[in-house]
Amino acid sequence: MTQSVVVQIGQCGNQIGCRFWDLALREHAHVNKEGLYDEALSSFFRNVDSRKSDGGGCAVGESIQHLKARAVLVDMEEGVVNEILQGALREVFDSAQLLTDVSGSGNNWAVGHMTYGSTYREQIVEKLRKAAEHCDCLQCFFIIHSMGGGTGSGLGTRVLSLLEEEFPEVSRIVTAVYPSADDDVITSPYNSVLAMRELTEHADCVLPVENQSLVDIVNRIKRMAHGEKPGSVIKKNSTIISNKGGLSGAEKPFDAMNNIVANLLLNITSSARFEGSLNMDLNEIAINMVPFPRLHYLVSSLTPLYMLADVNVPNRRLDQMFSDAFSKDHQLIRADPKHSLYLACALMVRGDVQLSDLRRNIERLRPSLPFVSWNKEGWKTGLCSVPPVGHSHSLLALANNTCVKPTFMELKERFTKLYRKKAHLHHYLHVNGMEQSCFSDALGSLDALIEEYQHLDATKDRFIPDAIRLSIAS
Amino acid sequence: MSIVTVQLGQCGNQVGHELFEAISRDALQDHRKLFSTASRERFFNQTARGDLVARAVLVDMEPKVIKQSISKANSSGRWRYGETSHFFQNQGSGNNWANGYCILGPRHRDVVEDLVRREVEQCDRLSGFVAVMSVAGGTGSGVGTYLTQCLRDAFPKSFILNHLTWPYGTGEVIVQNYNSVLTLAHLHQLSDAILVHENDTLHKICAQLLNNKHISFTDVNRVIAQQLASILQPALTPNSYGAYSRNPLGELVSSLACHSEYKLLSMSTIPQMPSSSIAYSTFSWPGLLKHLRQMLISNTKMEEGIDWQVRPSAASGRSRSLPGRTFNVSLANLLVLRGKEVYSAETGSFEDPTLYTSWLPPEDAFHLWKTEVPINKYEKSATLVSNSQALLRPLDNMVAKAWNMFASRAYIHQYVKFGISEENFLDSFTSLEQIISSYSQLGSSVEAPS
Repeated sequence: MTQSVVVQIGQCGNQIGCRFWDLALREHAHVNKEGLYDEALSSFFRNVDSRKSDGGGCAVGESIQHLKARAVLVDMEEGVVNEILQGALREVFDSAQLLTDVSGSGNNWAVGHMTYGSTYREQIVEKLRKAAEHCDCLQCFFIIHSMGGGTGSGLGTRVLSLLEEEFPEVSRIVTAVYPSADDDVITSPYNSVLAMRELTEHADCVLPVENQSLVDIVNRIKRMAHGEKPGSVIKKNSTIISNKGGLSGAEKPFDAMNNIVANLLLNITSSARFEGSLNMDLNEIAINMVPFPRLHYLVSSLTPLYMLADVNVPNRRLDQMFSDAFSKDHQLIRADPKHSLYLACALMVRGDVQLSDLRRNIERLRPSLPFVSWNKEGWKTGLCSVPPVGHSHSLLALANNTCVKPTFMELKERFTKLYRKKAHLHHYLHVNGMEQSCFSDALGSLDALIEEYQHLDATKDRFIPDAIRLSIAS
Repeated sequence: MSIVTVQLGQCGNQVGHELFEAISRDALQDHRKLFSTASRERFFNQTARGDLVARAVLVDMEPKVIKQSISKANSSGRWRYGETSHFFQNQGSGNNWANGYCILGPRHRDVVEDLVRREVEQCDRLSGFVAVMSVAGGTGSGVGTYLTQCLRDAFPKSFILNHLTWPYGTGEVIVQNYNSVLTLAHLHQLSDAILVHENDTLHKICAQLLNNKHISFTDVNRVIAQQLASILQPALTPNSYGAYSRNPLGELVSSLACHSEYKLLSMSTIPQMPSSSIAYSTFSWPGLLKHLRQMLISNTKMEEGIDWQVRPSAASGRSRSLPGRTFNVSLANLLVLRGKEVYSAETGSFEDPTLYTSWLPPEDAFHLWKTEVPINKYEKSATLVSNSQALLRPLDNMVAKAWNMFASRAYIHQYVKFGISEENFLDSFTSLEQIISSYSQLGSSVEAPS
């Protein structure tokens, strides 16, 4: 069994991270009835016996003593981390896993990336190494941060490149939260574009999530909960938006949104944690989903998102789950994959779903989905037998799809608006190590990325003849 | 003589487990002592306490499936795997053939070779190896190919049969066609014979013949296991002079893979039906064999939907048939008959020279094994292993898809990272195009390719 380490950076990263740990504990508590520290638990948690003098972990198979998250928490202000340390999750982390400063990054990528990146470099590497040493087979780092602020985007992407240097063989999957267009951080376009270049160059996969999509989804769920649609009821205790059954008490404003992202992480790691008839390991994601090294942005959608207790027969509902995964309303960025070009698509199914259900649905949906000419059958599937708490089945779809392009173009536009006037530039150029070329390079990198997607998108609906085969002299 | 099975990767370990299940269920409860003794010697090692221990080595790069197979075998009460005859790691090959072949295979070669050697030492006489693997993923295909090469080096005189599961056309692994191309090109150099089952065909058998409602991998793997058992279980062969054959793999290879350019074997079995229907069915040898022969020449893997219009022509224009219907030309066929009144079965229709290529006389191209011991509850059953054009189309499809992807250089960087270059890919494509060309000419060529 492999282990993964979560690195949560900045306010947003830490808030999502906490929802993840809360829900992960709940999921394992639901499955693990015997109180034994099993392999599933070991993938994200250590089992520490405080009576042992060295504070070392217990082996798989022993009873659960004290679970510690395999996590490193970094923030350049204290608020969120302090809150965590006072909350119900405090037992899950110890001080050696935390790194905070008091003054924040002032919404400035350069401060996070350059200033704090250099000041805390040794300490961060030390904490990462510690976390890695606790694993027998470290497979993946999950990095969570926002793109708009200073700490998440700046220091977060610095940590990403440190990971690449220090652990070149361990994959790096970044969950990056993109700011809304009406974001109150003026400099968020700068921060996002500067961070994008780092993500494009140093991550194995990026799961982009847009704040606006999360807002939309949560609003839709609330509307349904208030019975707009007759007969539709949100299932009680669904982990998608509710805190119920989790460790923390009162719900906070962003909890519903953060829960959605936490669910994304729960589902993407489910097959690495639990058994299934068709395992999909974390190291299978990049090989299947990333045809070209820079095009590693995977659009994700979760179903069921809106738990409706409708009257349809189960079979219909199951098929509906598959259809929903491709609809606009279920994507975690504002994008429409069905009307763009698929480079590859992965379906990670959990729960009581059979191979034949999966196959039937792929065959059913395939004709309506445009795939790139050389990957017409670009489907990867995983079946994990353990469903999320409160559900009988669930589906996470990951799409490498040119529908990410508009998000990037919009970002570029907002960046250019500021950059043309050189607005706020001096705040960045003051920072040691930051030069104007960083801006132009970052913009160039984003341009090139958009260009690559554009190039592929242009092949859509065009007839591409098969490549001429090698001929054999007879 | 004994066969050592090497189960490789997730698919290999699941199929392998089902194979031993099928064999143990079938043979060991049979009261016919000669048969079950021969079967036991072939597949199991009997401990002093009387336990049956599978002659198998389990290899995977992750623990889950091996642990499952071992515990399922233990709970069968009939047989088990050897306590130390498995090897697994923590982290899979990540669907990447290059990772399996270039990195993980070489890294763990010594340990696995040692396990195999210990298993071989348990056999009084070794007939050879059956390596069970898929071609789609990274471990079965990549590590499996590398270990086949190690077996070839370490046991140059033993036969190696590779059993390959071909993935569904879509939906399992996106780089499956690359992995398949690399596997097949390499195995064609290494293996004595490559026996193929296609998941798409098996899925249809489960749905249409066995009436499985919700098809799982277990169902699919059981079909493979039943078919494999029906050729690997003991039978009387022309060379065994009334006793059960001593060298099943050797005889299989020499009957079917008589030319080094042609090693791809496919198989079909008749009947296949839900066990609840068996009691209401009657079987006759002429009926079964008539269907099986038409399945062969029309290249249908199922008893349902056979195209009866495809016919060999008596004239020399051998592949003449109605347009759009292609006659499947065979190089060699092996027919295995099991069940009641097997000696009355008339198999002359399989010796018809129009079924075969012109350069191999039917008496060399057709072989027949039989036994009166029935298999899998069928009173009579017939299995045909065929070295024919049957796999030409799926192979050509696979190469075409991989070649299209290769033309865009998509995913290549993932292989280069582990040491497989574009040239390596090109070499593999070249050798598969060669195989495709050879098989397509089976019907027309007058001479064997040199």
